[in-house]
Amino acid sequence: MKILVCISQVPDTSTKIVLKDNDTAVNTQGTTWIINPYDEWYALIRALELKESGVASDVHLVTVGKADTEPVIRKALALGGDQAVRIDADSNDPYETANYIAEYAKSNGYDLVLCGKESIDYNNGTVGVMLAELLDMDYIGFATNIQVEGSTATVKREIEGGEETDTVNLPVVISCQKGVAEARIPNMRGIMAARTRPLNVVTPTAVTPVAAILSYEMPPAKAGIKMVSPDNMDELVQLLHTEAKVI
Amino acid sequence: MSVLVLVENTDGNIKKKSFEAVQYAAEVAKQTNTTATALVLGTIADSELEALGNYGVQKVLHVADDRLNELHARAYANALIAAAQKEGSKIIIMLHDINGKAVAPRVAIKLKSGMVAGALSYPDLSKGFVVKKAVYSGKAFAFVNITSDVKVITVMANSFPLVQGDGKATVEKLEVTFGDKDFGIKVKEVNKVTGEVSLADAELVVSGGRGMKGPENWGLIEDLAKELGAATACSRPVADAGWRPHHEHVGQTGGTVRPNLYIAVGISGAIQHLAGVNGSKIIVVINKDPEAPFFKAANYGVVGDALEILPRLTEAVKKFKAHK
Repeated sequence: MKILVCISQVPDTSTKIVLKDNDTAVNTQGTTWIINPYDEWYALIRALELKESGVASDVHLVTVGKADTEPVIRKALALGGDQAVRIDADSNDPYETANYIAEYAKSNGYDLVLCGKESIDYNNGTVGVMLAELLDMDYIGFATNIQVEGSTATVKREIEGGEETDTVNLPVVISCQKGVAEARIPNMRGIMAARTRPLNVVTPTAVTPVAAILSYEMPPAKAGIKMVSPDNMDELVQLLHTEAKVI
Repeated sequence: MSVLVLVENTDGNIKKKSFEAVQYAAEVAKQTNTTATALVLGTIADSELEALGNYGVQKVLHVADDRLNELHARAYANALIAAAQKEGSKIIIMLHDINGKAVAPRVAIKLKSGMVAGALSYPDLSKGFVVKKAVYSGKAFAFVNITSDVKVITVMANSFPLVQGDGKATVEKLEVTFGDKDFGIKVKEVNKVTGEVSLADAELVVSGGRGMKGPENWGLIEDLAKELGAATACSRPVADAGWRPHHEHVGQTGGTVRPNLYIAVGISGAIQHLAGVNGSKIIVVINKDPEAPFFKAANYGVVGDALEILPRLTEAVKKFKAHK
């Protein structure tokens, strides 16, 4: 069984967002880049677990980005994975990203495609579903447990108002969240080995854009805090009722 | 040319947040000088469908196939495509919830259309078709211009106040032919959480952090939540320590909440946590450290020991409810 894991590069979670160029871009000078946590902690690690338990034969990683995203994909390779592909394009629209990945994945016969439930930069959570549509595969989102036996995956996933357990035939795209895999950190051997694992670069066929970010905006600052004495919770309740009008 | 909106139902009932999507579609229809049509899937009474007129749709298309009572995203997407073709729809709207997230991107690919996931504004037509959405988990907003002919939008719940009007929609049955692939995912077991308020949909949230000192004190959070009719949440260290289940973790790598009221108890307010909650309309922070960064993001603050203040607050809410 061949697994493809989609890896996205995102700013570290502690990053303070600063805008530039009349708010048309995010200033990434000095930004620390990390593997999107959902891609790393859950999708990638689960893929590695499936390989280590003998269920999967190959784990390939894919990312869409320019050369400056290579340190992050190397970091992912240090956790594990047999090889990685960087699709040489700069995209922040999921439609383009999904088309690029689908073009690559189509000719490589993957049985299982894993991604995080969303990336923590654009918070779309759409690339995985789009990929499933482009590859004519089923998609299971928000998985909390993934088991594979033969050509069937059994997946526990979050649904509106609860959870359900599904079975689906491979190939399938699954988006992962907490619960799917055990936490692990890269070790020195992995980091050294990652240097010799192949990282191929492919040039995608251009996709006609369907959407673009025109500008950004920062959230409005809070108008100022009103302090309430810890001995007067009746006052707080009254404020929430009469002033804030939320209860 | 009508604006098409997918309306979900659970066991034949339509949730409040789905009305928000309907109302959004009706408003976009008004902006673009057309009407709005709702698509409803699965088993549901006609009276429920007609009542969607209260939120501004003129017409409801109903695919009465009971296989659609469960989420089958490929079938849902094909039903939407059939409805969009019938109505000549160029704008397709659904909720930004688990179902909408599984269906909308498929529709976007099928129709080669741009998509905004989690719309926080109506489209601004003066600059094209520009819709606001949160990025960096709420640390900033982006204005996305959809340039394709067909446009797909998922709408963030609890962002557009509902105004119930008075209308009655006409209901039309729609026949859609599905293939085996549309039902490739077999549902083996469903566990619905009943009784509790679900966090993502909650209008009031009480959330605890390390200041609660241990899981044995969580009864205090639950008492207040129960009195308010609120959902409970927690910070990441609390979930990581196993004090609370992970689905309660709110923050950049957990869930995002957008309630009317978020009460943070014993949470310092790390930037990752703030990212998950800053869509809240009103934030109350209770913390013994007056320097806790969360106070900067709060509307109301109380400095003091969470374990002492919580019972007082619960008591005050009880008293308030009794006199209301």
